[in-house]
Amino acid sequence: MLDTLAGFVGELRRSGLPVSTTENIDAVEAVANVPLDDREALRWALASTLVKRQEHRAAFDTVFDVWFSLRLPLLATDDALTAGELAALLDAALESGDDELLRELARQAVARLGGMHAGRPVGATFYVFRTLRQLDAEGALERLLADAGPGAAGDDLAGRLERDELRARLDRLRAEIEDEVRRRLVGEQGPEAVVGALRRPLPADVDFLHASPDDLANLRRTLQPLARRMAARLARKRRHHRRGRLDMRRTVRQSLSYGGVPVDPRFRRPHPSKPEILVLADISGSVAAFARFTLQFVHAISGQFSRVRSFVFIDGVDEVTSIFEGSSDLTEALARVNAEADVVWADGHSDYGHAFQAFWERWGREITPRTSVVILGDARNNYHAANAWVLDELRRKARRLYWLNPEPRSYWDTGDSVASLYGVHCDGVFECRNLRQLERFVAEVG
Amino acid sequence: MAGTPRFDSLEAVRAGLASVGYLADDATAGVAWLADRLDKPVLVEGPAGTGKTELAKSIAKWSGARLIRLQCYEGLDESKALYEWNYRKQLLRIQAERSADSAWDAVEGDIFSEDFLLARPLLEAIRAEEPVVLLIDEVDRVEVETEALLLEVLSDWQVSIPELGTVTATRIPLVFLTSNSTRDLSEALKRRCLYLHLDYPDPAREKQIVLARLPGITDRLAEQVAGVVRTIRQLDLTKPPSVSETLDWARTLVLLGVADIDVEAVSSTLHVLLKHRGDIAKADRELRAAAATG
Repeated sequence: MLDTLAGFVGELRRSGLPVSTTENIDAVEAVANVPLDDREALRWALASTLVKRQEHRAAFDTVFDVWFSLRLPLLATDDALTAGELAALLDAALESGDDELLRELARQAVARLGGMHAGRPVGATFYVFRTLRQLDAEGALERLLADAGPGAAGDDLAGRLERDELRARLDRLRAEIEDEVRRRLVGEQGPEAVVGALRRPLPADVDFLHASPDDLANLRRTLQPLARRMAARLARKRRHHRRGRLDMRRTVRQSLSYGGVPVDPRFRRPHPSKPEILVLADISGSVAAFARFTLQFVHAISGQFSRVRSFVFIDGVDEVTSIFEGSSDLTEALARVNAEADVVWADGHSDYGHAFQAFWERWGREITPRTSVVILGDARNNYHAANAWVLDELRRKARRLYWLNPEPRSYWDTGDSVASLYGVHCDGVFECRNLRQLERFVAEVG
Repeated sequence: MAGTPRFDSLEAVRAGLASVGYLADDATAGVAWLADRLDKPVLVEGPAGTGKTELAKSIAKWSGARLIRLQCYEGLDESKALYEWNYRKQLLRIQAERSADSAWDAVEGDIFSEDFLLARPLLEAIRAEEPVVLLIDEVDRVEVETEALLLEVLSDWQVSIPELGTVTATRIPLVFLTSNSTRDLSEALKRRCLYLHLDYPDPAREKQIVLARLPGITDRLAEQVAGVVRTIRQLDLTKPPSVSETLDWARTLVLLGVADIDVEAVSSTLHVLLKHRGDIAKADRELRAAAATG
């Protein structure tokens, strides 16, 4: 058991979880206090000692599922139920939502429909997808809903609740199928190989430019708590950064309780100065995900600035501040940015030079010494004129000028990237490929 | 200061919590059980209103321990968390002594004795003779520097008072720290704790919670309440409804005499469940859309 745990902890560390030696010892002690035949108990015992951040929980669960997968006897394809029986079982399982039935269904379905053979070089996702499609679970769901529909016609809300309940059961079925597929793969290749194939970056390390839709959805979910944390941190920093002048009145009042000795001097709170932020974001296809994410982030913490103005550009430039201010729903606002902003001037390919010039001519005089300007983009200019003088002017007028580049530093200045041509005019150029780097930037300059 | 186990078995913890109306899932009861066995504090994180504080209260209530609560806030310091010398009383003592004309050493030794010590929650929990549950609420609100105050208490179960020496726990208290994660807690603190993330319960358990807390409610209504709340939580809202808000809502429905939830009943009482104007509008729109097409 100790060896298994050691291997497990090593695997967690390889997935990026910071597990310290003390935590490792705690885990061993915790495991000694739970019934070993209970897999879920083992899961919470290990999770409570080894995982100290909710963001890491998904990675933990993946490794746990592989490392401590149930050693049930595997079904051979021929022993499994036939297609007809499977369909009946599917209906029954979805209708009742019974865990045992769902698990049994997953076992049978993977054996019959998964088509898993030793040595095929495809990942678990492929088998899961294939099993689900062959099983036609979505179809069964619709059928069940249609059957239930007329019966529940009296109240339409009930239909909606029914639909959500069935969806939840379908998600459980999917999880069971994933489990079963994983179990088979582990039996075939051993846990190390399977974990290696399943390993995915932690949410904070997901690269903006190469994020899959799943990753992006995940990122969006971490955004809200992160923004809240950032806002609290900025507010705290501002409050504690400088001490105000001595407050005589309150100091004397306080000294009364110590017989007139000013033991505890009181200070005035300094007046907080909130910076004004102006974000200029490239939203052309290549970096759209990054720009969208960063805009969302900046607006989520906009309470920490006296003013936030957003501009987006491709080869033309347009202000989108009002779109964000008008709605409380950021997703909706972002959709409107794409639809309404007038950012295409000639051909809809990034032209930083023209966008900067247009920005300077139209809004340049609104930049004040209180404004911090943040430019988001990969500086891939499609070989147009750079117009770097605009940045020089901007820097002279603004409080600070920063550039956030979502590309790895080693790619800068390759091909049509003119990152350092622009970079020399900025107060700071930051590589900003993932959430961790974005967080660090805000903490440093906020 | 060997910890004497308070709980007999894992099942006893779960049943005990249920007996005081707190329906814990396996992980929650399990971590409470481990906290007792390993003598470690529990750090409970999760969205607001999922029963973090309630967990500590319920454990105290069930095990008959005294609950000592330290509510954290920004600016909390040693004198509010650990201990403070009673300056006023010390001054009085010195003044009384002046007329009696005794040696300074005697007075000094005297005014830094236990009589002049005001115990604040942490010291109080350490010194307690009877079993106590220490609840350090919203620990994320204190500054990182203040967090360090907790470290000595939570790992060595002792408090060092320079003038008096070290006070060591006679029996180790059960400690729960709660956090709304408005900031990252330091690694040093996290390392000393067991970690528990409390999330919104699944509909089946939420229904059980509603039934346990509102004896007057019908089974059918509780099920519908749990279902509607699940549907609403799936929407992308500023602040999804918490368990306590679910309970408030269920109570409202019972008081209004609603036996069967329909769209009208939901939309006229949504403000109990959701506290943002945008959220209410969105949920209302969604539920009505479902009604129109469903």
